Amino acid sequence: MKPPPFDYVDPSTVGEAVSLLKQHEGEAKILAGGQSLMPLLNMRLARPGLLIDLNKVAELTYIREADGGLAIGAMTRERAVERSALVESHQPLLHWATRFIGHPQIRNRGTIGGSLAHADPAAEYPAIAVALDAELRAVGCDGDRTIKASDFFVTYLTSALEPTEVLTEIRLPALAERSGWSFMEVARRQGDFALAGVALTLTLESGGECSAARIVLFGVGPTPIRARQTEQVLIGEKPGEKLLEQAGQKAGEEIDEPLSDIHASAEYRRHLAQVLTRRALAEAVTRVGEAD
Amino acid sequence: MATARAVRLTVNGAPYEGHVEPRTTLVDFLRGELGLTGTHVGCEHGVCGACTILLGGQAVRSCLMLAVQADGADLMTVEGLSPEGQLHPIQEAFMEAHGLQCGFCTPGFLMSVYELLEHNQNPSDEEIRQSLGGQICRCTGYQAILGSVRLAAGKLQRARTAGEAR
Repeated sequence: MKPPPFDYVDPSTVGEAVSLLKQHEGEAKILAGGQSLMPLLNMRLARPGLLIDLNKVAELTYIREADGGLAIGAMTRERAVERSALVESHQPLLHWATRFIGHPQIRNRGTIGGSLAHADPAAEYPAIAVALDAELRAVGCDGDRTIKASDFFVTYLTSALEPTEVLTEIRLPALAERSGWSFMEVARRQGDFALAGVALTLTLESGGECSAARIVLFGVGPTPIRARQTEQVLIGEKPGEKLLEQAGQKAGEEIDEPLSDIHASAEYRRHLAQVLTRRALAEAVTRVGEAD
Repeated sequence: MATARAVRLTVNGAPYEGHVEPRTTLVDFLRGELGLTGTHVGCEHGVCGACTILLGGQAVRSCLMLAVQADGADLMTVEGLSPEGQLHPIQEAFMEAHGLQCGFCTPGFLMSVYELLEHNQNPSDEEIRQSLGGQICRCTGYQAILGSVRLAAGKLQRARTAGEAR
């Protein structure tokens, strides 16, 4: 249970980190908060030749307003997100969901960029990023590019980042007016990875009909899953009890092949997706207009 | 680059120096190189909390940090809670309220409780559970630990009041 030997560098800028990734392509791995990578190293499930530690790259830690929304540096600790008044007021969904990540001791080191780049489908932040239509900024040798959250999560533990790219920032647009949100997950113990969860936002017209919805299920497949058919059930309709029942039903059916493992069967995950979607939609409706 | 690097840091207010391979975890460095064996090694993947120490006042898993990452850092371990021969009020509380049996998980708990009570002087039961949910104990069944934390909060509160009264 000790890491295998590796070389180690701790650059002070993103530019240096990118050069090192290019120089040692195929052998190098970024170390951010370490709360996911260190267990892999300790159990020798990962054997990188070179660890590039980003903890000295000061330019990647920030939370600021940007174009009405928020821009958060990739090395920002989850605990900082949890404690940020700016996040609480501008992105209550992100703020609320952060408390579900592991435990305070994990959040003291874990970073938002690390969580996203690690792309664990049962993690909170990937689902939040998709639910909020976030944009992720990646810097490589040829410059930087923006990747939409919906394109970012490819499969288990695999993001759209090239091996020579560093994730530097996540941009979260402001919620539309008359929007509500909800985040719910079921885990066996507090702090465990979710067996299933949902992160969603919805927008209501002044007449009460739903004009937009982004429903993201997580923990049930290889990536966060956008429940598009479920969203269609809601669009143009007033979200009453019966409609939310139907939406929940659809969410359960919509998952292609729910994950089945020692923690939960596919059947149970479908059931959780159904119940959580219904409950989360109801909660989101009560929140509509709160942030306006 | 896999060769030993110097690590200079402050632990419990005192300067320390060691030389380690990059792959040496912080907990192994504290115990092996620095002889500070109060911090314990449990699961080595971040879930048990036995290795919890304070880094710049924040509770972290020292099994999930590399010693080289702590170069220049200011750490506190369980040895730093009180001078030799004395007990910190939190330790007193654990002793009085039977918050430990074998004691293996205890240093990790103490450091997390220390951080909790620094930031929240009168935590609710729910807040205590939220803060300590990541620390595993096989012996006590946790109820006595909750009682110890409540007792510790009271002791620290009284000490503060007594200090202010002077």
